[in-house]
Amino acid sequence: MEINFLKYRKIYFIFSGILILGSLISLVIFGLKPGIDFTGGSILELEFKDSRPSNQEIREKLSNFDLGEVILQPTGEKGLIIKMKDISEDIHQEILLKLNEKWELEQKQFESIGPIVGQELKQKIKIVTILALLSMFSYIAIAFNGVPQPMRSWQGGAVTLFILFHDVLLPLAIFSLLGKFSGVQLTIPVTIAFLTVVGYAINNVVVVFDRIRENLFKTPHRGLDLRFEEITNLAINQTLSRQINTSLTTLFPLIFIFFLGGETLKYFALALILGIITGVYSSIFLAGPILVEWVRKRGF
Amino acid sequence: MSKKKTYIIVVIIFLLAFLAGNLIYPQFLKLPHFPEKPFKLGLDLQGGVHLVYQADLSEILEKDKGKIMDGLRDLIERRVNLFGVREPVVQVQGERLIIELSGQVDPAQAVKEIGKTPFLEFREEKENFQEIIEKNKKVAETNEGVFEDPFQASPLTGRYLKSAVLNFNQTTSKPLVSLEFNDEGAKIFEELTGKNVGKILAIYIDGIPISTPTVQEKIAGGKAQITGQFTIEQAKELARNLSAGALPAPIALISQQTVGPILGKISLEQSLKAGIFGFISIILFMILFYRLPGVLASLTLAIYTALVLSLFKIIPVTLTLAGIGGFILSIGMAVDANVLIFSRMKEELRAGKSFSAALEEGFRRAWPAIRDGNFTTLIVAAILFEFGTSFVKGFALTLSLGILISMFSAIFITRNFLNIFIGTRFEKIKWLWK
Repeated sequence: MEINFLKYRKIYFIFSGILILGSLISLVIFGLKPGIDFTGGSILELEFKDSRPSNQEIREKLSNFDLGEVILQPTGEKGLIIKMKDISEDIHQEILLKLNEKWELEQKQFESIGPIVGQELKQKIKIVTILALLSMFSYIAIAFNGVPQPMRSWQGGAVTLFILFHDVLLPLAIFSLLGKFSGVQLTIPVTIAFLTVVGYAINNVVVVFDRIRENLFKTPHRGLDLRFEEITNLAINQTLSRQINTSLTTLFPLIFIFFLGGETLKYFALALILGIITGVYSSIFLAGPILVEWVRKRGF
Repeated sequence: MSKKKTYIIVVIIFLLAFLAGNLIYPQFLKLPHFPEKPFKLGLDLQGGVHLVYQADLSEILEKDKGKIMDGLRDLIERRVNLFGVREPVVQVQGERLIIELSGQVDPAQAVKEIGKTPFLEFREEKENFQEIIEKNKKVAETNEGVFEDPFQASPLTGRYLKSAVLNFNQTTSKPLVSLEFNDEGAKIFEELTGKNVGKILAIYIDGIPISTPTVQEKIAGGKAQITGQFTIEQAKELARNLSAGALPAPIALISQQTVGPILGKISLEQSLKAGIFGFISIILFMILFYRLPGVLASLTLAIYTALVLSLFKIIPVTLTLAGIGGFILSIGMAVDANVLIFSRMKEELRAGKSFSAALEEGFRRAWPAIRDGNFTTLIVAAILFEFGTSFVKGFALTLSLGILISMFSAIFITRNFLNIFIGTRFEKIKWLWK
C-alpha cells in the first residue's frame, strides 16, 4: 500500500504557511517570558499545612516588602510558588517569618539568582545555541555531499535548515502563548530541550533524504524508470513507519514525564514533545514535498 | 557467525545483566560479598543548599588572587565542616565560591555561619584548671573519655577591639599581633588581667585556642599581644582578619538554591514513576508492533537499563532531576535503533528475502541511519556538557552515556538474540516477524 503524499502538497504548504505566520506573529506580539535563570530573580515554593490562603491575603502580607513584580502560582492542593525579584537571604527570612505569623507552612524550595548570574547564563546559552546550530549546519553540509542528480546537495541542506527552523519555531510559538496566558517561562531546561530537538529532528529529515538518494542510485540499475516525484513519494512511504515509530517510542516516556515527573521537568518534557511531534509532521509532509517542488521548478 | 559463538555471547550478556542488576538492587537477592554502593543523588533529589558567592577582589593584586581564593575556600570549608553534613562541597570558580550542602541543612543558618566574621574571645582558667588538665592528659593516654576545655568564657571579646596589627618581638623578632581595645575594652582587660596574674588568659578565635599566654602583671591602657607559633604570613592574616572581619576578601551571596528534603524525595519518586511507566509503554508498543523482535528488543532494553544504571553507580554519576530526565529520554531513543532495524527487516521480509538475509540486510542498511542519528544528538550533548551549569551538565552526561550504551545494546545484543532464531522452526512462523 502506498500513500500519495505529494498529491496534496499545496494543502500542506498552505497549512504550514499559516502555522509559521501565526507563530511569528505570536512571537512578535507576546514574545517569550524568560525565566529567572536568565533575568535574575527569586522563586519561593511553599506548602501550607491547612489550606492555601487566597492570593489577595498573601499579597497583603507581602505588600511591605520591595519585591518587584510578584507572581503567585498555586501548585498541587496546598502549594504556592511565589516569583519575585532577587532578594537577599535576610529578606527571604523576613518573608518566611511574616507569612508564618498567620499560616503554618513549610518551605519546599527557594531559589534566588542575582542579575549578574542571569546575564552570564544568558550569554552562555547563546554561545551554546550558536555552537549547536553551527555544528548541525556543518553536519548537514557533509550529510548531503554527493547526491545524484537531479537533486543538488545544497538543496537538501537548505530544505533541512528550513525544516529545523520550522521544528523549533512552532513549539517556541506555543511557549510564547503559554507564557502569555499561563505564565510559563523559557527556562534553561526548556532551552536545552529545544537544542536537543534540533539534534533529534535533523535525523528525521536526513532519513527521508537518504532514502531518496538510495532510490536515485537504484533507479538506473533496476530499471525503475520513476520520476523524481515518484521516487520521493516512495521514500516517504518507505520511511513512514520508521518516522512514526521512533518518535512514538521517544514520546511515550516524555508524556509520562510531563504528567508525572514534577514541576521542574514538566515544561522541559513539553518542549521535547512539541518539537518531536512537529518534527514528524515536517519530515513526512514538508521535507519531501518542498524538495520535489523545488527540483521541479528547476525544470526536471 | 557460528551458532555456538552466538550462544556463548548470549550467555555472557545475561551474566553481565545479572551482575548489573545486582549492583543496582543488591537488596533483592542479598548475594554475599557483593559490593553495595548507593546511587549518588544531587541536591535537588535529596534536598540541600547550593550557594554561590562572589568574592570582591578589586583591592587585591592580580598575582595574589588565586591565593586569596584558596584561602577563602579553606576558611569556608572549615566553617562548613562544622555543619556536620555529609560530603560538603566548596569549590572555587574564578572569583566565585560554590558551596553545596546536602541533606537537612538550615539555609539561613548556613548563610549566617559562612559569612560571619571571626570571633575573637579571651578565656580564663576554670576554677579546677589543674584537675581538668590532669584529666585531659589521662584521656590522651588511654583514649577513653572526653577532653574538657579547661577555659571558660570571659567578658572580653572581639567586640571591644579597636585595631589589630602585625608586629615583631623586639628581641626575638618573631611575628606577633598587637591588639588595641577601645576604652570599654581596656577597662575590662585591666580587670581581667588583674584577676588572673600568674594564670593563663587564652585567646580563642572561632572557638579554637590560638595562643595561651600567661599573664605577668595587671595591664592598663588596653593593649595586648597575641604571640604564637606563626609565620609572618599567618600573623598578617590573623591581624587582617581580626581588624577587617572574617575573610581575606569580602564575599557576597549572588545566587542560592534551597531544596527541602521532602521535595527532593517527591521529585525522585515522581521522576522514577515517570521512568517506569515510560519503560512499560515502550515495551508494550514494541511487542504489539514488532511481535517477537519486539520481545527481544524489550529484553535488550531491560538489559540496557540495567547496564546504564549500574554505570551510574560505578562511575559514579551524580543523579539530578535533569540527569534522570536525560536518562529517561535515552530509554526512548535507545529503542530507535531497534525500530530502524526491524522496520528494514520487515521490508526485506516482505520483499521475499530469507530470514537470515533479511536480518543481515536489516542491520546493514539501518546502521548509517542509527550512527548518524545518534551522532547529531551526541554532538548537541557534548556542546551542552561544555556549557557548564549543573542542570545542563547532568542532562548531557546521562543522555550521552545512555546513547553510547544503547548503540552497543540495540545492535550487538539484539543481533545476537535474533541470531539464535536463524535456522530454527521459529524462523518459519511468519506472524512472529511481520
